[in-house]
Amino acid sequence: MKLETAAPMRFKVGDHVRIDDRSSLGHCRTPSFVRGKTGVVAEVLGAFRYPEKLAYHRPGLPAQPLYTVRLRQNELWEDYAGPASDHLDIDIYQPWLEPAE
Amino acid sequence: MHDGHDHDHDRTFQPDHDRGPATPYEVLERALHTLFIEKGILSAEEISRRIDEFDTRTPALGAKVVARAWVDPGYKARLLADTRAALDELGIDIGEIAEFKTVENTPEVHNVIVCTLCSCYPKGLLGFPPAWYKSLAYRSRTVRDPRAVLAEFGTVLADNVEVRVHDSTADLRYIVLPMRPEGTDGMSEDALASLVTRDSMIGTTVLKAE
Repeated sequence: MKLETAAPMRFKVGDHVRIDDRSSLGHCRTPSFVRGKTGVVAEVLGAFRYPEKLAYHRPGLPAQPLYTVRLRQNELWEDYAGPASDHLDIDIYQPWLEPAE
Repeated sequence: MHDGHDHDHDRTFQPDHDRGPATPYEVLERALHTLFIEKGILSAEEISRRIDEFDTRTPALGAKVVARAWVDPGYKARLLADTRAALDELGIDIGEIAEFKTVENTPEVHNVIVCTLCSCYPKGLLGFPPAWYKSLAYRSRTVRDPRAVLAEFGTVLADNVEVRVHDSTADLRYIVLPMRPEGTDGMSEDALASLVTRDSMIGTTVLKAE
């Protein structure tokens, strides 16, 4: 898909990021169980029209960078019983991410 | 006339699919469908063909891709780097709705796919998803306790294998490239494809030689 405008990319692979824990109304692709959690950018997936606007018949531009954020399962769930090396990879749009330590 | 005809008509009665008033989405679909045809944008035949094309997709399509990746390391590299282009090489058109991404199972990492928000699924490659994939239980438990879910599919992984759950929340559809089973050296590409199951491409199972 050719995109006329895209927001500048703020993050690169390996960056530590925190997923915002703000609330949302209406269509949103950031599940509540990952809000407020910290992970590492595992992949930069490119820019996509923003679903939070597209869902309401807006163009969704500028397109928003989308990242695969890798979260440790034992940080996501306090009682996670599996090994520390287990992860959740989840695709998060840039407006939901901020730099973390 | 009912002699020797003792089945219960009430019990075998099947409702028609179009009973009851149309939902707002059905009304919208009919309106658009009619307008597209009236204005000559699409013909009825083109619409039917496209519906048919998606209805008849099955996991056999994904299995063909997996088998090609197993026998051709160059193809595998291209599939992992750019799934859309690699599928295009095999004449598989995945449409414009979403991008596709292939994740590779290795002795160190086992991938499994879920969509916690709805039920996003790589339909263009695997056809329609199984009912359990859309169930609330699968969608919530796969991110919460993946090893327990995998064990229910008969997949018990050692602690030194990383379980990597992919929650396809956004614009990408994921497919797992399963590991080629041992003891399959020398098998033809077609025979290999016949070993590849739908669930192995979702990541809930691993393949074993038969």
